[in-house]
Amino acid sequence: MGALLRDALVIARKDLALEVRTKTGLVSALVFTALVLTVFNFGRDPTAVAALDLAPSILWVTFTFAAVLSLNRAFQLELENQALEGLLVSPIDRRSLYLGKLFANLVFVGLVEAVGLPLFALFFNVPILHVLLPLAALIAVATVGFVAVGTLLSALVIRVRFAELMLPVLLLPFLIPPLVGAVQVTSRLLAGRPLSEVSGWLRLLLAYDIVFVSLAGLLFPATVDE
Amino acid sequence: MLWVEGVHHRYGAVPALDDVTFTLPAGHTLALFGPNGAGKTTLLKVLAGLIRPRSGRAGVEGGRGAIGWIGHQSLLYGQLTVRENLRFWGSLYGVRAPVLDARISGLGARLDLREHLDRRVGTLSRGQTQRAAIARALMHDPRVLLLDEPFTGLDRVAASELAELVREFAGRGDGGGRATLLVTHNVEEGTELATDIGILKAGRLVELAARNARSPEQVGARYRELVT
Repeated sequence: MGALLRDALVIARKDLALEVRTKTGLVSALVFTALVLTVFNFGRDPTAVAALDLAPSILWVTFTFAAVLSLNRAFQLELENQALEGLLVSPIDRRSLYLGKLFANLVFVGLVEAVGLPLFALFFNVPILHVLLPLAALIAVATVGFVAVGTLLSALVIRVRFAELMLPVLLLPFLIPPLVGAVQVTSRLLAGRPLSEVSGWLRLLLAYDIVFVSLAGLLFPATVDE
Repeated sequence: MLWVEGVHHRYGAVPALDDVTFTLPAGHTLALFGPNGAGKTTLLKVLAGLIRPRSGRAGVEGGRGAIGWIGHQSLLYGQLTVRENLRFWGSLYGVRAPVLDARISGLGARLDLREHLDRRVGTLSRGQTQRAAIARALMHDPRVLLLDEPFTGLDRVAASELAELVREFAGRGDGGGRATLLVTHNVEEGTELATDIGILKAGRLVELAARNARSPEQVGARYRELVT
């Protein structure tokens, strides 16, 4: 277990160093987030639909597509000079490659969400400070689930043509349960309702994380072997 | 040190390896020649654990951690410096931090890379990149070196430097050195390095013999005789 985590952290650190150097994935996801929130902000009619009714869906649609942009590059960067081949020849457990990518993706997506959330509050005039902690916890729980599945699928599509197109096509159906749950819980939080009203959705989100992180870790070796 | 026993593999209906069997003891360098599609790279990938063969078995004493792999490409990240790349790959092979720096310095000096260690790989010339790729493959002091067309794209000077390094690698280590398996089109370069010669044709190992005193021209003639 120690070696698994150590190798995963080495891989995650390398991915983050590459992102700091190139900034391509992060910048495009941040620009996308700002752009989508701006468009939604100016596209809605505040007299027809209350911001609070619309805001949770917009928040999660924005985060999901921004995450897909980040996930797409996770294994793309291993194609440079066939570095993936080197990783697979190395003695590391295949699962540590998955975990490393998962950790790095969580950092990327977390950064995008950390920038996107205040923008969302600003554009939609939604007060979030009083629910900041539970909202951050919810975002973290939902993000782990969809990044876990996205990381697995981004490895699966890496050797196929039009990988960037294939990833959202494969990923989005898997995201329906956590997204519906996240939207439901977010709307209750923003409306100041007690979390007990959505305890079922919270349990679903936690179960989704446990099931898909475990399952993805188990399936990952089969996706990268020739 | 390295063994292949009755290995069969196919890609769909296309046979890639057909009952390939051989062993390579320590201190030996096997140059494996063959035309495109003969199964050379597939054989290396089977040995490295990248491909599971349909039948038969193959492996390396010490497992994947004992393998130094030099492929068609450098396997290096262009946006990272040579030093960052070497630290990354060394860490994955379990080389600990104090040893990492000493290895990087040593390999940097041996491979004439000292001045380039803090340059991004993407800014290096082809020859410098190849030397960095060799440093990467040697970072964990492997017992077996697998080389896939290592001379491709190298000029004569860089190719002879690489040959010298492989020769040096094969002679190092305890118990009679280390094993090297080299697959290449380049009969001349391969023969100069080899203690043993193998020829693959359509997935079958049609020749495997000690090089003895055979010249590259003699090996080339034998190769043409068998594959054409």
